[in-house]
Amino acid sequence: MTKTYYTEDHEWLRVEGDIATVGITDYAQEQLGDLVFVELPEAGRKVAKGDVAVVVESVKAASDVYAPLDGEIIDANATLSSDPALVNSAATGDGWLWKMKIANAGQLEGLMDEAGYKAHIG
Amino acid sequence: MTGDHTNQLPLADLHTTAGARFGAFAGWNMPLTYPAGVMKEHLHTREHVGLFDISHMKLFLVTGSGAADLINRACPLDARALDIRQSKYTFLLTETAGIIDDLIITRLGDQRFMVVANAGNAATDEAHLRALAKDFDATIEPLDRVFIAIQGPEAPAVLAKAGIATDELFFMQGFEPRANWFMSRSGYTGEDGFEVGLPEADARELLGKLLGDERVMWIGLAARDSLRLEAGLCLHGNDITPENDPASAGLMWAIPKDLRADGAFIGRAALATILADGAKEKRVGLKPEGRQPVRSGAELFDADGKLIGRVTSGGFGPSAGFPVAMGYVSTQLAKAGTRVFADVRGTKVPVDVHSLPFTQHRYRKG
Repeated sequence: MTKTYYTEDHEWLRVEGDIATVGITDYAQEQLGDLVFVELPEAGRKVAKGDVAVVVESVKAASDVYAPLDGEIIDANATLSSDPALVNSAATGDGWLWKMKIANAGQLEGLMDEAGYKAHIG
Repeated sequence: MTGDHTNQLPLADLHTTAGARFGAFAGWNMPLTYPAGVMKEHLHTREHVGLFDISHMKLFLVTGSGAADLINRACPLDARALDIRQSKYTFLLTETAGIIDDLIITRLGDQRFMVVANAGNAATDEAHLRALAKDFDATIEPLDRVFIAIQGPEAPAVLAKAGIATDELFFMQGFEPRANWFMSRSGYTGEDGFEVGLPEADARELLGKLLGDERVMWIGLAARDSLRLEAGLCLHGNDITPENDPASAGLMWAIPKDLRADGAFIGRAALATILADGAKEKRVGLKPEGRQPVRSGAELFDADGKLIGRVTSGGFGPSAGFPVAMGYVSTQLAKAGTRVFADVRGTKVPVDVHSLPFTQHRYRKG
């Protein structure tokens, strides 16, 4: 069973078992504008909640994307190296950023569901 | 700017209607992007026509029998040698030849000049000019105008359709086509184009016509920045500041040679010393290897890890198709093709010194 969560920093997580796929929301990509570079993490890297996992760069600025949970990065979306704009065109689909193995599933409880996120962005 | 007050553009309602995303710049609430986005806006300007609201910039009319002498004192320029209608890129300099602001000055008449100043420096510039004006028979009049730029290869055709003839104007010329209007063939994108200062009511009427033309698109400040960066043009506050002199900034082309020896301008002695000793650093174009942009503030190192410069502007060049940047490096490393390294979040990104501009200028010269 898959469940989707959202963070206050405009990330989404699709959780299946103990694996989370993470990306930024459509709202976030719209705020950032056209992306031209995504600095991807290496598989095997351990991250703590709040660590910078990915840096997305638009024409104008670089923005951090934070790990929403503790865990280990197991994959990054290599397609974004050649096509960073995929994050703009398919933020919640093919424009995912990384997959991670969740270390502490309890941290999911602090995240929002879709209705909560919609209320968050107003 | 003083205080926290953010100035609103006179045409802010038009930008809101056009769906602009706003942000603060130089004390002004400015449209940063429109729904098309920075990439499309940038490319549209190079292919068709970009329309920019630059009313944050300030127009000053300098008049009087001492107007030319005042300008000759404030700027490394020979205002008396300018033809009527001729525009020149120049600066206000400190006694140490630091760049207070960069300006475009146009001679409109024998004793009548238009000065276009940057938004963030307008108050400083005005105070500076007024203080100097005490020694000259010259009046400085800040103008209350809407200021728009119409930039891109189809700009002359678009203006012609809107009833404004441009045939008699070449690059870096300006005049007053009607009362309270100022129009020049210039801009900050590297493209052919025009800048028009005019009263708000006239502006609304003209914009109604321009926006009805499908070749015209509103362009925000984000694309204005990527366009000027590709064109190798300096942003005051980033690429040139009072800490930089025209020799280090690679802007000596803007200073007539004979003035370097006997000009009346403030900063001449200091600039002569810098030229005699040789500038220690130079402003250069920078092309990062790969696709990762390097940004303003990144430090530059040589192959041995020695700090040799800094990035002052950086981003992605939509027309160039690669990241573009500008900065200062030690003079001995300023040659195009020299490999240096930018520190980006702890990683050393290889960067090559690159000639400017990144995209060729397409001005309409006489």
